[in-house]
Amino acid sequence: MEKELLEHGLNINRRKFISRMSVGLGSAALGSLLIPGLFNGSSDAEEAIMRGLPHFAPKAKRVIYLFQNGAPSQLETFDYKPLLCEMLGEDLPESIQKGQRLTGMTASQKRFPLIGSYYDFKQYGKSGAWVSDLFPHMAKVVDDLCIIRSMNTEAINHDPALTFFQSGAQQGNRPSMGSWVSYGLGTENNNLPAFCVLLSRGRGNGQGVYSKLWTNGFLDSVHQGVQFSSGENPILYLQDPDGVDRNTRRKMIDEIGALNQLENDQYGDPEIAAKIQQYEMAYRMQTAVPEIMDTSKESESIVKLYGPDCLVPGTYAANCLLARKLSENGVRFVQLYHQGWDQHGNLPTEMKGQAMDVDQPSAALITDLKQRGLLDETLVIWGGEFGRTNYCQGNVDVTNYGRDHHPRCFSIWMAGGGVKPGMVYGETDPFGYNIIKDPVHVHDFQATVLHMMGLNHEKLVYKFQGRRYRLTDLYGNVVNNIIT
Amino acid sequence: MPYHLMKKVKTLSILITGCLFLGTAFFFACNNQSSSRNNIPETISYNYDVRPILSDKCFNCHGPDANKREAGLRLDIATEAYKALQEHPGKFAIVPGKPEQSELFLRISTDDTSLQMPLARSTMPKLSEREILVLKKWISQGAQYEPHWAFVVPKKLPLPVVENKEWPKNEIDQFIAQKLEEKGLTPNEPADKERLAKRLFMDITGILPTPEESSSFVNDQDPKAYEKLIDQLMSRPQYGEKMAISWLDIARYADSHGFQDDNYRTQWPWRDWVIYAYNKNMRYDTFITWQLAGDLLPNATKEQILATGFNRNHKITEEGGVIDEEYRLMYVQDRTVTLSRAMLAMTVECAKCHDHKYDPISQKDYYQFTAFFNNIKEVGIESTVGGPETYAKNPRMQITNEDVKNTLQFIHKQDTGKLEISIMKDLDTVRKTFILARGNYDAPTDSVEPATPAAILKFDKAYEKNRLGLAKWLFDPKNPLTARVFVNRIWQDFFGKGLVKTAADFGMQGDLPSHPALLDWLAVDFREHGWNMKRLVKQILLSATYQQSSKISEEKLKLDPLNIYWSYAPRVRYPAEIVRDVLLSSSGILNKTIGGPSVKPYQPPGLWEMATSGRGLLKKYMQDTGQLLYRRGMYTFIKRTVPPPSMMLFDGSNRDECQVTRYRTNTPLQALIMLNDPTMLESSKALADQLLAKKMTPEKLVELAFRRIICRTPNAKEIEQLTAYLLAAKKDLSSEQAEKITNVGIYQPKTTQKIDLAAAMQTIQIIYNMQEAITKT
Repeated sequence: MEKELLEHGLNINRRKFISRMSVGLGSAALGSLLIPGLFNGSSDAEEAIMRGLPHFAPKAKRVIYLFQNGAPSQLETFDYKPLLCEMLGEDLPESIQKGQRLTGMTASQKRFPLIGSYYDFKQYGKSGAWVSDLFPHMAKVVDDLCIIRSMNTEAINHDPALTFFQSGAQQGNRPSMGSWVSYGLGTENNNLPAFCVLLSRGRGNGQGVYSKLWTNGFLDSVHQGVQFSSGENPILYLQDPDGVDRNTRRKMIDEIGALNQLENDQYGDPEIAAKIQQYEMAYRMQTAVPEIMDTSKESESIVKLYGPDCLVPGTYAANCLLARKLSENGVRFVQLYHQGWDQHGNLPTEMKGQAMDVDQPSAALITDLKQRGLLDETLVIWGGEFGRTNYCQGNVDVTNYGRDHHPRCFSIWMAGGGVKPGMVYGETDPFGYNIIKDPVHVHDFQATVLHMMGLNHEKLVYKFQGRRYRLTDLYGNVVNNIIT
Repeated sequence: MPYHLMKKVKTLSILITGCLFLGTAFFFACNNQSSSRNNIPETISYNYDVRPILSDKCFNCHGPDANKREAGLRLDIATEAYKALQEHPGKFAIVPGKPEQSELFLRISTDDTSLQMPLARSTMPKLSEREILVLKKWISQGAQYEPHWAFVVPKKLPLPVVENKEWPKNEIDQFIAQKLEEKGLTPNEPADKERLAKRLFMDITGILPTPEESSSFVNDQDPKAYEKLIDQLMSRPQYGEKMAISWLDIARYADSHGFQDDNYRTQWPWRDWVIYAYNKNMRYDTFITWQLAGDLLPNATKEQILATGFNRNHKITEEGGVIDEEYRLMYVQDRTVTLSRAMLAMTVECAKCHDHKYDPISQKDYYQFTAFFNNIKEVGIESTVGGPETYAKNPRMQITNEDVKNTLQFIHKQDTGKLEISIMKDLDTVRKTFILARGNYDAPTDSVEPATPAAILKFDKAYEKNRLGLAKWLFDPKNPLTARVFVNRIWQDFFGKGLVKTAADFGMQGDLPSHPALLDWLAVDFREHGWNMKRLVKQILLSATYQQSSKISEEKLKLDPLNIYWSYAPRVRYPAEIVRDVLLSSSGILNKTIGGPSVKPYQPPGLWEMATSGRGLLKKYMQDTGQLLYRRGMYTFIKRTVPPPSMMLFDGSNRDECQVTRYRTNTPLQALIMLNDPTMLESSKALADQLLAKKMTPEKLVELAFRRIICRTPNAKEIEQLTAYLLAAKKDLSSEQAEKITNVGIYQPKTTQKIDLAAAMQTIQIIYNMQEAITKT
């Protein structure tokens, strides 16, 4: 109740504030630089005041999350297990498997024959981290990365696992990580959404993505991830209709503002003033977003760095470049999803294609941020929703094998703001099946990301239907060892 | 507004207008602006003053959850709170009448962080000065506990006596007037007849009145004109559609299965039944009983079984490799949550992993409750993505053309294809229900029998231990929640917010009713009059409270900024579906067909394609053609993983789970859709074309367009502005521009004057973008 009263007070002030300005100047949203959400009818201003955010000095200001959707195998990426090649075709010992649950796809398999990576591994950089031959570009920036090989999750299927990673709960309808960060810290750029989502798809076996992955859940919808599409209309409904130029649009918005003002004078509804402002922001977004999307002015060195695909809208490379630009312009959380990592079969071929898509642009993003002096304040994350089994799904064939879902261990990497560079954290057993050192649960990961943004995961709460919710539910410990 | 908050706002205002480049530092500055001016009531009420504090700040560790109870102390029950402390015998949490001897008071007021409660290191915020004083005064006054208001059976209290005898039109107004007088507020004057007509049309049917319909009401001098209009509108079939909208959110109705592949399902005949049931004014108890247990009724009819589709609207997985039992139990729990949230306004799901932290619902209660829904002849995963055989899941029922011709005439089935829907049917044997440790599907512990939470109402032995018995329990006159929860929801539908604002939570953490006596009176009255839904709706519409103008004076903003006491009519944005209906009905292109398969209107390209797994019927968005593009918003196809953006941007439900209240936001993306969506552009074009055909002056054209959309006569200033815009646009637009602007949608204009058409179209679009166009006024 108090929260609403205060919000209402803000509305009244909003109205007074706006009435001092002529309608149509488009500068009224300056106030929201100070108070995120001041003009969207949300209660963030009060929340921010009450919470005193951020909780402590942040290590990073922005996040770029390169989600590898479908779950890339840790055994062909960063977790080198020569034993599996030596034991090719032998059964996974029961002492290792320990009766852990399997998916419905391999639960009925009579045998669990081990299979090693088709691709070789080498050590790179000062850290000497093992990286498979599929990722030569990432190998070159390995001293900027912190590879975590001891990730683990609770879900065993894609939908719940993705949802768990993004929202801290398997069932959905809770705010996504980007929404929590937007809620906690607001936006740095008033003409762009605080949380942007970019999608791309590889050639490998894919799983869908779902808008619930970037949902605001019970938070105000201003915190919802805004999906950018490739093509002329990067944000839904952004583009003026054919035949309507900027001048015409400006006149229309002024006219709408003037009519709304008449209604406001008569009816005194604070929502009207807020609405006038939303039209102004919409107008500004229409200019700001296409400017960012425009790749025609990219230098040759940038195109070379990210690869020629970066000029092809909708590719992972183009999305990495766009992510850098959005982030540079103050977008708090950029979330990419690259589909196609679900290798139940034909793994060597499919992973090669997937790696071709993501290796160079992911590494380029690190290099690019670094050369702009932005890597220190940008947290970059690369990884999928779970790992894959060390045993073969289907027949043993070293050139054409598959791996089932494996939640017990998998690898991701983080880089940039607040992360110790050139580090390998956590360890799995020689079979690559169980974690033997420094496990990092999804909730720990989430707590750590929030921590780097200056947010205490136990204090960033939102009360909904009588309960105080957190991204990390009731769990999670910050992994202090990987933080600078 | 409490003084310390006013001060905060004032500080903010100065900062915003004065200096724009301060960092976050000032947030902290504001934080220190608290004040000791506290408005504490003479007599402290446990329910209204104390329990909200205890529940919010203390029950987490000292409440109903036995496993998480700290120091053996329980503060939600008087005898427990008065006992000697386990860890400090000789000391007491509460000594009635003696705050200075009560550890509760001492611990919340101390500055010693080693003793302070809530613990300094916990996530729980410290108690405010006011909260501490309230608890102190309550203890001084004897620390009397009261049962939670929502668990006490409602009674009709005598109608309050009010000073203003002129204003009240029915009982509702007497309760409202009493509070207004108490708070020194006066009600607004009645809204003018044009606005009133629009309000009724929109609230009852969701379709705008035509200028003729509006005029006919304005000119009707019959004192019964208002009531006549209500009756007339409630007998239109659009009434059922309008009422169904919020029920579809509650029932998490959608056109796809949800989860990964999210393929097609054919559950729409159930939706057609809901519209039909509202239209024929089915009693609420029947409406619910059929949906919960229609299949268990003696000699159940196909219609009764169709109604049970309600409980199969939840998401169903088609992801290969899932563990069957995990998902089957998810469905069972979804039904339990839906029943609790929608019909009881209880958050029972909190007791899935542990005893409820705030409400008297144990983990055992929860699993006993789920047992009613655990006996369905279903599996977790029946099939993966496939053809028509996967569009409904077992148990299912076929709807033949014969049925549609005879008994199920309300189903809008147009083809001869096979049509099946998922329904409820119990197993022949009893499937055991277990308490699941920490809520995990693979950790069953003790087995339980079907039963209801005793704190609400014990399950009578006379009732069948199945869903039918459950329905009887719901409508037992001793059930304290069912009627209250429903009348509150209807109030929410017509006033924008409920008498209990948390319409899905009547528990300890929910909001208290703003007008408890009115809520109870309405609840009992509703039950006593045969759960008659149309009667309840009409009662609300006939009240003077409803008929007030929505003008907000500065003074009222100050005295009652949230309009808790209803001294003016609410101004709220229409729901997403209705925003669309405004466009289509005002422009005359609305297709008024009722029911049938959901439709796919214009949608930005690529949305489904970008997010699909590549499998199933819904991997590509196949936009409909012709008249199907003009169906009402409620028929827009809902694919759960990619819900329609035009709905989501206006806070529509994604139908993931039962939703009782929608948010109402105001964002720039809404401005963009109202400016650029083809539906909007086409509606403007169609209306412009129709008006141009009438060959009238620019002023007249503007006036008529205004009346079609805003449904009132524009004032001189409005006509002047819009006319000027229209004339200027006509001058400024090139024929090339006009050609492009008018080239939208399938509507074929009669006029060949493209510049005229484009200019009128843009002027009309401006009217559509007025806040008033999509706001209840």
